[in-house]
Amino acid sequence: MNGGNQRNLLWLQSGGCGGCTLSLICAESPDFLTAFEAAGINVLWHPALSLETGREVAAIIDDILEGRIVLDILCLEGSVMTGPNGTGKFHMMAGSGRPMKDIIAELAGLAQHVVGVGNCAAYGGITTTGGNPGEACGLGYDGSLKGGLLGKEFQDKHGLPVINIPGCPVHPDWVTETLSQVALGAMVPADLDGFGRPHAVSGTLVHHGCSRNEFYEYKASAEKLCQIGCMMENLGCKGTQAAGDCNKRPWNGTGSCISGGFPCIACTEPGFEEPGHAFVETPKIAGIPTGLPTDMPKAWFVALASLSKAATPRRLRDNATSDRIRVYPERRKKGGKS
Amino acid sequence: MSRLVVGPFNRVEGDLEVRLEVEGNRVSRAEVVSPLYRGFEEMLRGKDARDGLVIAPRICGICSVSQSISAAEALAAAQGLVPAPNGQLVTNIVHAVENIADHLTHFYMFFMPDFTREIYRDQPWFDDIAARFTALKGTAAQDILPPRAEFMHIVGLLAGKWPHTLALQPGGVTRVVSAVDVQRLLAILSAFRRFLQRHVFGCPLEEFSALGSLAELENWAGRHPHSQSDLRRFLHVGKALGLDRIGRAGDRFLSFGAYRNENGHLFARGLRDRAGQQRLNTGLISEDIASAWMAGDAPLHPFDGETRPDADMADGYTWCKAPRLEGRVAEVGALARQVVAEHPLALDMLEQNGGNVQARIIARFIEVALLVPAMENWLRAIRPDAPFIAHADIPVHAEGAGLTEAARGALGHWIRIEDGRIANYQIIAPTTWNFSPRDMDGQAGPLEMALVGAEVRTGEADPVAVQHIVRSFDPCMVCTVH
Repeated sequence: MNGGNQRNLLWLQSGGCGGCTLSLICAESPDFLTAFEAAGINVLWHPALSLETGREVAAIIDDILEGRIVLDILCLEGSVMTGPNGTGKFHMMAGSGRPMKDIIAELAGLAQHVVGVGNCAAYGGITTTGGNPGEACGLGYDGSLKGGLLGKEFQDKHGLPVINIPGCPVHPDWVTETLSQVALGAMVPADLDGFGRPHAVSGTLVHHGCSRNEFYEYKASAEKLCQIGCMMENLGCKGTQAAGDCNKRPWNGTGSCISGGFPCIACTEPGFEEPGHAFVETPKIAGIPTGLPTDMPKAWFVALASLSKAATPRRLRDNATSDRIRVYPERRKKGGKS
Repeated sequence: MSRLVVGPFNRVEGDLEVRLEVEGNRVSRAEVVSPLYRGFEEMLRGKDARDGLVIAPRICGICSVSQSISAAEALAAAQGLVPAPNGQLVTNIVHAVENIADHLTHFYMFFMPDFTREIYRDQPWFDDIAARFTALKGTAAQDILPPRAEFMHIVGLLAGKWPHTLALQPGGVTRVVSAVDVQRLLAILSAFRRFLQRHVFGCPLEEFSALGSLAELENWAGRHPHSQSDLRRFLHVGKALGLDRIGRAGDRFLSFGAYRNENGHLFARGLRDRAGQQRLNTGLISEDIASAWMAGDAPLHPFDGETRPDADMADGYTWCKAPRLEGRVAEVGALARQVVAEHPLALDMLEQNGGNVQARIIARFIEVALLVPAMENWLRAIRPDAPFIAHADIPVHAEGAGLTEAARGALGHWIRIEDGRIANYQIIAPTTWNFSPRDMDGQAGPLEMALVGAEVRTGEADPVAVQHIVRSFDPCMVCTVH
């Protein structure tokens, strides 16, 4: 670290959509500027937010490369473009005449910490779907395989791998909280899971806090989009397998994919971009979904599912294929007494 | 003659390089370079037709909803599906949130910080503008973030999250809206309207959108000190710097039409050039690759379009293809939408000065002032008891176009389905039009035209006039080449 209370952060973008920055701008209580200030993060340059352009940016990068500025945190948003044929010509950094991948690699070698913001920077993400025409990869991973631009052995100056904030896009709080922890020097290897994600983000499943939990419990399933039943059986929902606290800590106020009426596509997981089936369709073998809830033995799932299906109350069965609650809970006694 | 290469050009949603030839103290020729290629059109080929709704929005984090709408409309056209009326209303509301938020993000975070540059330190307005608009540290950024985030709650409630929702479907939306939801949404909107009126405009929205000429605008601006609102601040700076005299392109404006209603669109579809209003025939759109790093031959309509990247094309200088309408250049964006929609102030700006930096900014404010009341009407028109979505099967063989307007201009998706899968998918984004390179006839793209004549002051490496002109288009580089 650079000794003072301020930690220098440089944010770069390459093969992505900029949506993680746009999500970050939606941070609330506090907003991201306040969060950065409170964490002592000094933004050296951010492509969407900083004044400096052209030569002024080149000067900042030169200052880092030549040791005049300490780079505490390097953030990359978007995947690393290595194509065509490994040349990196799919993204030559404007004004530099050099492949962006080379500039990223040089800076990563100097940074105290390296953070992949979003699934593209972490694993390659959506940019690698459909045969990966751009030869894109993540900083520390190529899909779910270790490696990526920086190689399998990469460690930062403090023995950490690339810190990966997952999501497509990221939740703003995942960014502000992770970066605050890094800026405080409080991030240690044990805080990260096997894909470099902070346990704080990946330690919960999207399923936790799902507003459709009762439908899930009874396997009362939606058959089409805009129906309020569980979306796991037919509509491809991966909430029971995907990292994230999306249903405990909502998005944009009160939102989440599932409360918005569409399935979780596991955008926090490496490889989500190639599910091997249509995103909104659940692949099945003999009527049983092939993707089972995390940690659940198949036989138990099948047994429990058939039992709960048999026990499904009419209220849930009817509501599951409706676009809104048609059958209300029946109150047997007044005052909530049993 | 001297040459300048400006880049990385930031606050443009992605990466951008601008190559300039300078004679005397003026730009004599410009080449616009889009340096990033990801290959979405290649990725989409062979996918399940429905997967376009997941993949295409991820082209862009700032136009994500617009991308969703184009993808959904292209699929709906292929399916022959008419959306449920409630679904259309919710789609319009979500779309309007994105476009209004984008206009404000552009103004506050991308465009205005350039007026805080050292080169303007001696200007009488400098201290006020620097305190307000300095990047990351000015009071405006701090003031705008909380109300903007709260405004986005409308998307959170209706569509789960922003960006990259999957709620916008060919037949409508995936979540019904109850009568209680409508009241909550109206309340969020009313808080946002109050913020706009108090800090951004400094007047009721209807007062601003009713202005019918530049003379009326000037009169309006003079009614209060310029520090009374951020729009008045901009008009003051714009007048001092003559921003209405720079950045003119070809004055041929194209809009695909935005926010569908029973009469077509709230903002009309059409073409306006110096001869007046014209009918738009989208069958005459083609993409030229003469200056792109793309293999291929003659310009093609997007239904037949190809995307074959080739980094070694000798005549290429960008990954961006050059979309043309009837073989000619068109400018897109809020100004294009408002002149095609025949807003009197937009027409008067065009009449008096042609397209320019200031007119492009003012057109965005006209839109914000028009859209908030439109959103209020759409919310009240929702019938909570009626369906929000219609369903249809994916056809075996079909094609469809989805044409809409992102904040920064006309956006089109063209899909061809064979055996239920995507056989071809072509996208033309707003900045593909505006930042297109030269075509086979040597016609420069709109930005390349707009930069000619821009002032380059002695010693300037990244000329500030070039910064203003580039950002006046509100470019989105990640859309430009996808």
